Amino acid sequence: MASSADTLVTAPPAALPRRRKGPRRKARRGRAGYLFVAPFLLFFAAAFIAPLAYAAYTSLFRTRLVGGTVFAGLQNYREVLHDQAFRDGVLRMARFLVTQVPIMLVLAVAFALAIDSGRLWGPRFVRLSIFLPYAVPSAVAALMWGYLYGPSFGPITQLADNLGVTAPNLLSGGWMLPSIANIVTWEFVGYNMIIFYAVLRAIPAELYEAAAVDGAGPVRVAVHIKLPALRPALGLTAIFSIIGTFQLFTEPSIMHTVAPNVINRSYTPSLYAYNLAFTDQRLNYAAALSFAMGAVIVIVTAAFVLVFSRRRARS
Amino acid sequence: MKLREGNGHRRLPMLMLALIAAIGLVAAACSSTTPKSTASTATISTSTKGSITFWTWVKDMDKEVALFNKKYPNIKVNVVNAGQGSDEYKKLQTALKAGKGAPDVAQIEYQYVPTFTITNSLLDLAPYGASALQAKFVDWAWGQVAKDGKVFAIPQDTGPMGMLYRQDLFDKYGIAVPKTWDEFAAAAKTLHDKDPKVYLTDLPPNEPGAYVGLEWQAGARPFDVQKTDTVGVSLNDTAAKKVSAYWSGLVKDGTVATDPDFTDAWYQGLASGKYATWLTAAWGPLFLQGTAKATAGKWRVAPLPQWSAGEQAAGNWGGSTTAVTKQTKQPAAAAAFAMFLNSDPQSAALLNTDQSLFPATKALLNDPTFLGQKLDFYGGQTVNQTFADVSSTVVTSFQWSPFQDYVFSEFNDTVGAAFTKKGDLDAALDSWQGAVVKYAKEQGFTVP
Repeated sequence: MASSADTLVTAPPAALPRRRKGPRRKARRGRAGYLFVAPFLLFFAAAFIAPLAYAAYTSLFRTRLVGGTVFAGLQNYREVLHDQAFRDGVLRMARFLVTQVPIMLVLAVAFALAIDSGRLWGPRFVRLSIFLPYAVPSAVAALMWGYLYGPSFGPITQLADNLGVTAPNLLSGGWMLPSIANIVTWEFVGYNMIIFYAVLRAIPAELYEAAAVDGAGPVRVAVHIKLPALRPALGLTAIFSIIGTFQLFTEPSIMHTVAPNVINRSYTPSLYAYNLAFTDQRLNYAAALSFAMGAVIVIVTAAFVLVFSRRRARS
Repeated sequence: MKLREGNGHRRLPMLMLALIAAIGLVAAACSSTTPKSTASTATISTSTKGSITFWTWVKDMDKEVALFNKKYPNIKVNVVNAGQGSDEYKKLQTALKAGKGAPDVAQIEYQYVPTFTITNSLLDLAPYGASALQAKFVDWAWGQVAKDGKVFAIPQDTGPMGMLYRQDLFDKYGIAVPKTWDEFAAAAKTLHDKDPKVYLTDLPPNEPGAYVGLEWQAGARPFDVQKTDTVGVSLNDTAAKKVSAYWSGLVKDGTVATDPDFTDAWYQGLASGKYATWLTAAWGPLFLQGTAKATAGKWRVAPLPQWSAGEQAAGNWGGSTTAVTKQTKQPAAAAAFAMFLNSDPQSAALLNTDQSLFPATKALLNDPTFLGQKLDFYGGQTVNQTFADVSSTVVTSFQWSPFQDYVFSEFNDTVGAAFTKKGDLDAALDSWQGAVVKYAKEQGFTVP
């Protein structure tokens, strides 16, 4: 099934109009192109490449309170590999990934299909309401949910009390990860929904007409036209979610203020890097850990892309 | 489609880290100047000129600054609130590391002074006449800021610990004010048995300062720093184990609460009578008065329960100093301010009356007006008198580590976490010790 939505991820290079070949022309075209992207490249180099290079450089040293700075080679990286706190954090994020992301994406697809179906009353209002949490800064969202979760006086507990049931302590060790997953889902479901919805709107009307002629009902249309069209976008949003999950920071760091002994200093790898750098003053180690985290993200993402595209090739 | 921006703000921390690191490099490259030799500028006179920046989280210092400017009209003081406690230290350490951006003068709590002296970041104030101030301050406070003839900060306020309690709840449940920790434990059980919704106290698992204060009282000496490159760590010494065994029992029985403090739930707990006592420092009474207004008149104050009857020992929790950073370009002006703010009788009195700080000066602690002040919130008790008495029983020889930020942060994940899980405090104390020793060694210290 080929649809325009396919171009999102794997667009086969469209046949370009043939041009006159020649090295001179090619060179000039190249130069002009770089001129156009120069402002971006400059900024990219200054704000991204340079700090990255510097962080890589610092990760090879070790600054100590006694003895000053010494070259440490890959010692910091070796230590990261054996750092139990780091492993725990990565595993915690992996658990988060396999539970929160599927729930969020399924919800987003469901909402997108519902709005696209045209059977909703006030679709614009519904669309905006679901999208709105995305416009709330994540720190504010975490603060708000932290208040809602409050075990002794929070609205959820009070509601449960009034109904005569005991609400679980949503800020306790066992519930914290689901509680954070809920916040993140709330924040990002609308954002993913908008992507899916845009893809659905881009499906050519001819396909629907053909389906109607063949006698397909709305459910069949959804399963055989809409869902396959969403596949590439699904892959894309999943990749963003993988990256986002492993870099989870704001929500746990805000929840730390309401549950300081549940969210520990290494609850997520990002939080750990932050604490290493600014509480422990171990900038070098924090830099090495950040790169290790980057490697984990690359590996997980690559694995996902591999599996996803293989499945796709098979189907 | 702006897809990349989607999860963009979640990745900020990593980028920020890299950016900050980069800025640090640039800043370090630009400014490697150290402040000039202090010998030539060590004279302070009322005509000393300058403009200095002061980081503090104490609110509304205008009156003290005005007072200072009466004596030193040519020194302009810019007061900046750079966050409270740990928030400020993070900024301060980053700025110190970067080589510029640190204030001339900064508020630093006692327990963090060594953290800044180990990096050689604080100016020795002795050449500016600070040594002469020693007699003005209570001994144990001075002991925390001065070492080997050097003075790294001036005491601003102190926090000797005592017990605030709800007289009405004590009366209602027939509890006498506990004089010893044994009585305290018995009272905790009685109270909780009579009303499961009330706890004798809350043991906040996120407040290492308070917990260490209780250990301090019991005679624990977690750190022993004799030379700058050697630090003795005994976070699990006999006294510390005694304290942890005691609280383990109460926590496991569920007769004390373990709610994090200074959170909404905790404030509501204080106001609603969930906790019948607050084991707090001398700055606590006025703080409580401001936050739990509805309970006015119901509270009373007493010294901390003792480990053996008749004993009189206390620990300290919090309290701050005023220090001058080595980045200052105007050491004389900065030193003059740090000393004036805390040692001038009028200014020190203002810190107490206007900022609710508990004094560190002997003069004020012996001042009849200060001691005789009756607080209606505490049923007309002379609260200051109680804490002034306590202040003289704080054990003097207590040292902090040169990496206290790490020590306290690790407390939350070991001992604090054990409170929350009602787990084994004894084992938690050992893992706290283990983590700190490991960190100290990594940082190049000799740990005997």
